[in-house]
Amino acid sequence: MGADTKVAGSPRLMVGEHFMLGDHACAEGALAAGLDFFAGYPITPSTEICERLAHRLPQVGGRFVQMEDELGSIAAILGASAAGARSLTATSGPGFSLMMENIGLAVMMEIPCVIVDVMRGSPSTGLPTLVGQGDVFQARWGSHGDYSIVAFSPSSPQECFDLTIRAFNVADQLRIPVFLLMDETIGHMTERVVIPPADQIPRTPRKRPGHAPGEKLFLPFKADGDLIPPMAHAGEGYNVHFTGLTHDERGYPALNAQAHEELVMRLSRKVSAHASEVTLVEEVYLEDAEVVVVTFGCTARSARRAVNLARQRGIKAGLLRAITLWPFPEEHVRRLSESGRVKRFVVPEINLGQVCREVERLTSLPVDRINRAGGAMISPQSIMEVIAA
Amino acid sequence: MASKVPMTNGVTQVRIAGFGGQGVILTGMLLGKAASLYDGKEAVFTQSYGPEARGGASSADVVISSEPVDDPLVTNPDILVALFQEAYVRFRPLLREGGMLIVDDELVHADAGETGMHAIPATRMAEALGRRIVANVVVFGYLVGMSGVISRDAAIKAIESTVKPKTYQLNLDAFSAGYERARGDRAS
Repeated sequence: MGADTKVAGSPRLMVGEHFMLGDHACAEGALAAGLDFFAGYPITPSTEICERLAHRLPQVGGRFVQMEDELGSIAAILGASAAGARSLTATSGPGFSLMMENIGLAVMMEIPCVIVDVMRGSPSTGLPTLVGQGDVFQARWGSHGDYSIVAFSPSSPQECFDLTIRAFNVADQLRIPVFLLMDETIGHMTERVVIPPADQIPRTPRKRPGHAPGEKLFLPFKADGDLIPPMAHAGEGYNVHFTGLTHDERGYPALNAQAHEELVMRLSRKVSAHASEVTLVEEVYLEDAEVVVVTFGCTARSARRAVNLARQRGIKAGLLRAITLWPFPEEHVRRLSESGRVKRFVVPEINLGQVCREVERLTSLPVDRINRAGGAMISPQSIMEVIAA
Repeated sequence: MASKVPMTNGVTQVRIAGFGGQGVILTGMLLGKAASLYDGKEAVFTQSYGPEARGGASSADVVISSEPVDDPLVTNPDILVALFQEAYVRFRPLLREGGMLIVDDELVHADAGETGMHAIPATRMAEALGRRIVANVVVFGYLVGMSGVISRDAAIKAIESTVKPKTYQLNLDAFSAGYERARGDRAS
């Protein structure tokens, strides 16, 4: 709804200031990042991402496909990405669950892609139109087996724009699926969004083969020192073989313990080795904080208000916001825990306790949980009460 | 003549409530956009997404402040605009004490004890302009003129940058009708 401010810029990049819905800002961020291909199945509260891209992507020469379901959606974006396209899908909890199998495939085949999950009340179909934050662990552990991914959590429409761009860059850099874990409140919130000119939008290209096809043997899964193999695209002429089976550097099945150890360890290590580069946090009043609220997504807005209310009452409260949820900002929590100054952590979240478990395993200090099953934001006052307790 | 912008601790919470099709969502969008992009303020706009939203009750919430708005929720509105009876019954108890109540008095029958209410026959005024559909923009003009929560200039810029060019004049006329009515009501 609502036409946008008339702006300068290309059709792809609506440079200027907008009063924009979070879901739309995510779609515009994808376009700014160079999105070529979207495949999805509309589901509240992510539908506005689909709608926006159905309208906008054809305008810039991209392809929008409404799929038969979410299994098809993720399969389609993996195929498009393997052929070189920057690819996106967007969903909510029920669809996210259906995507889990092929998320593992993306990890195993090292196919970059961005998956947006706008979280709503769950489990199952739960609360379609109301907020939840219950998919945090699903994003990390939802597909079977051991692997690592990256997930970002925006707290405003502006961050929906910014972090979608970042998600594409990290996906291409590390050759992994990257998640944007939005929530209904942020997706359905309208706020000022500034879209910068093209020269201020960072783009990390995929690492590509260093030689022409056929010039010499190309090993599509032979990693460099950074643990990331250069990526050849389907149809370019390089010998490329993709499989979800454990494979060797040629991409051919190698069904033995040694090959498995090497591959699975590398897939995990390539993320942990780059963790510090992709870990983003916001820190508020941490220089002298004695009570630290660890928070993310829409809850971070209530938490920031609560911390300010606490400060007005003379309580030394601070805030650590995990903009990157995965890898979890372990070092930031550890440093605070070992500072000798912080006495307590408070973790509010619209689920029955997920991020708090991360904090609990990183500290021996008390961790006060604030949990709601979903359907509404946690109020600043209720967080304030726990800070002051 | 009242001149103070309704607010609590520097924050103005506005709820505009009607039924689907009355354009309350666009009204909220215009208000937030005007504040955020053209009036140097911070604003967050949210809307009800209850299961009843399609065709049923619909409400738009806007929080406006000179500071960044952390909490997007309207809990106790400083300004309540009620455009049908159920919205009045449901949300009137939430209005902050001393807050501003605006109703379309041809669609809402207020309680006998209601005082300080601002009434505008927005739907009839829109019909007089030739298009019932702009009643929401008449209300927008009245809201801006009565509360002063955003400037007239910012409101007009928001309309201009939002509506289709061929409907701009109609929308501007609707806004002006509401705005001038508020000026008259404030002077009297």
